[in-house]
Amino acid sequence: MIQNAWLIPVFPLIAFLILLFFGRFLKEKAAYVGIAGLGLSFIVSVMVLFERIGGETYTYVIEWITFGESTITMGYEVTPLNAMMLIVVTLVSLVVHIFSREYMHDDKRIHVFYSYLGLFSFSMLGLVLAPNVLQLFIFWELVGLCSFLLVGFWYFKPEAAAAAKKAFLTTRIGDVGLLLGLVILFNQTGSFDYGEIFAAVENGLINDTLLTAIALLIFMGAVGKSAQFPLHVWLPDAMEGPTPVSALIHAATMVAAGVYLVGVMYPLFLASPTAMTVVAYTGAITAFFAATMALVMTDIKRVLAYSTISQLGFMILALGTAGYVAGLFHLMTHAFFKALLFLGAGSVIYAVHHRQDIRDMGGLWGKMKITAVTFLIGSLAIAGVFPLAGFWSKEEILASALLNGDGFLFAIALVTAFMTAFYMFRLFFKTFTGEYRGGDHDDPHANDPGVEAQGAASVAEADNPRDDSVDQDRVPPAEDHGHHDAPKENSGFMTFPLIVLASLAVVAGFVNAPFLGHQLEGFLIQGLNVGAQPHGELWLAFLSLAVAGGGIALAWAMYYKGAIAEDFFASKAPGVHKLLINKYYLDEVYVAVFVRPTVAIGRFFWEMDKSIVDGIVNLIGRSTRGTGRSFSRGHNGQLQTYGLVSILGGLVVIALAFVIRGYFG
Amino acid sequence: MVPISLFLSLAAILFCIGLYGVLTRRHLVIVLASIELMLNSVNINLVAFSAIGPFANISGQVFTLFVITVAAAEAAVGLAILIALYRNRNSIDVIKHDLLRW
Repeated sequence: MIQNAWLIPVFPLIAFLILLFFGRFLKEKAAYVGIAGLGLSFIVSVMVLFERIGGETYTYVIEWITFGESTITMGYEVTPLNAMMLIVVTLVSLVVHIFSREYMHDDKRIHVFYSYLGLFSFSMLGLVLAPNVLQLFIFWELVGLCSFLLVGFWYFKPEAAAAAKKAFLTTRIGDVGLLLGLVILFNQTGSFDYGEIFAAVENGLINDTLLTAIALLIFMGAVGKSAQFPLHVWLPDAMEGPTPVSALIHAATMVAAGVYLVGVMYPLFLASPTAMTVVAYTGAITAFFAATMALVMTDIKRVLAYSTISQLGFMILALGTAGYVAGLFHLMTHAFFKALLFLGAGSVIYAVHHRQDIRDMGGLWGKMKITAVTFLIGSLAIAGVFPLAGFWSKEEILASALLNGDGFLFAIALVTAFMTAFYMFRLFFKTFTGEYRGGDHDDPHANDPGVEAQGAASVAEADNPRDDSVDQDRVPPAEDHGHHDAPKENSGFMTFPLIVLASLAVVAGFVNAPFLGHQLEGFLIQGLNVGAQPHGELWLAFLSLAVAGGGIALAWAMYYKGAIAEDFFASKAPGVHKLLINKYYLDEVYVAVFVRPTVAIGRFFWEMDKSIVDGIVNLIGRSTRGTGRSFSRGHNGQLQTYGLVSILGGLVVIALAFVIRGYFG
Repeated sequence: MVPISLFLSLAAILFCIGLYGVLTRRHLVIVLASIELMLNSVNINLVAFSAIGPFANISGQVFTLFVITVAAAEAAVGLAILIALYRNRNSIDVIKHDLLRW
């Protein structure tokens, strides 16, 4: 089966093509085409994984372009890392396909939605299977395109259109770096193949400065795609897309592509200590700052978005501190529990009629049991509670930060782990416990004054200068479920994916559990020279648990028990709170520093073009027309005038002939 | 022997009268007649040179016969066009026929 690994991306591609041409006729049935395509992909992926566990790396390439001494190939490759990613991508994509069947069924463009999902799955799987960096780059850009299309799926909402544009342009900045890095790499090694690149690195064919530059440029691509500081600003805005898209693209797969990129290029990074340091610190800073912002957000999807950024920061931090397996392990576990959390959030949002503000929720525990329980499992997993998936991977990241990093990195990771537990349970308690604050008002305005008064507990946030997008009415015009009654559990299409992902969030950690002998590690590092993998002592596991428990306890005290007022911290440090709620004013800074000057320069050149370049062209045109008009006045259709002019002209010619040439004489 | 200059002067005078008619008359029939006049002035030139020119020979007279034939044909076609024009536009005033304007 491993020889037929190429089938994995082909099934979603076929689904995409079918929906592209016949989607209009299929309408809601389009969902089943997508589900079937991904289902087949998933089955093949599982078979490939099992075959790979017992076998060798399989590579199949054909020559694509040959020039000079270089040959560029295309094909596919099944390495341990690929095999793991294939499972993650196809599984999450499959459950998202199933989930969307219910979530999107009121949308008139559901077939378009599924065709985009198919194209995305194809691109992502193609990215994973790529045997060389050039092919990876091609699919890298394709997933970026799909992200753009899906974030802007509700393009008639101005915020969604703006978010799609922002996501595309921001990641493009990173992609420029990636492309530059690849060009230098090709220039130095004459090949795009991983094997040849790593051989060149190992043999010291690239000098150290250049190597560091290449690694940093490639890392730029990862920073853009994985929403690392300072290019993280697009991911929270990308939450304007449909929630299943957030689960698939902006939590589990595409944003993890940056981490995956660092993973596949790992020998390159290992060869440059400077690059490793930059990677580690970028990850740590991102993890910390994103987590601080997640503490104060009130939009359920934005909390999860910042959490995603923070967790991606964790993975990058692990990779930067030589924790190759730790980072990729966390990538896998995070894909499961974060997709679970996003789909759970989608289930909640669907049930409360497309409201996303957690101040309008509450008390959903009894109303939607399956969603609540699975969400709790997801929250426990991300907080790092034994024995759920997040515990194992987070503990390894802490170990790698402690053993290979410095005290600063470890401290940041620990603080972030604490904040992770806190903000996740703040979200959980506010959404699922207490009284339902959504009320029965028909018009679901998040900013309805009545809601503020009702939700007495939300005093802390009541006076926050929230940003515009949160205040907007978030109901897309095309949607009306016609069931404006109390929230209730959704159908099996939505709960089944939650149950699947929740089970994975429970068991996925065991694949690399120490007492089972680090199975995943043994699998991932075979044939790779990535150094010894750091493993923490037992006390680290207890410390990690204590931190998670502390975060959960604080959230419990503040948002469930009420022992500490909800606005305790906000009132103690209003400046900090204001800073966080405004996302460190980074968006404003970017607008002032980059966007405005760019627009101003553009406008300047536009004016130049309009007045000077166009002016000259228009002047030529206008003078030609003027000349024509003045001559056309002589063209009056009067035969005798023409005759007279001809005769006079003939006479002039004859006269000239006489005078100048002396003819006839 | 009548000097050739007298023939040429006559032809030149006739030509100028014809030209004047073509350029100034508004009645199309008169314009056509004036063209005939110009053609005939040329015929006089040809015949004169044929008889007493520096290289006198018969081809000038032959050419004259051709010119007369062509002139007759031209007059026939011209008058036919003129009648068609009159039927269509109810006028044979040369000023009023300015369809070839831009």
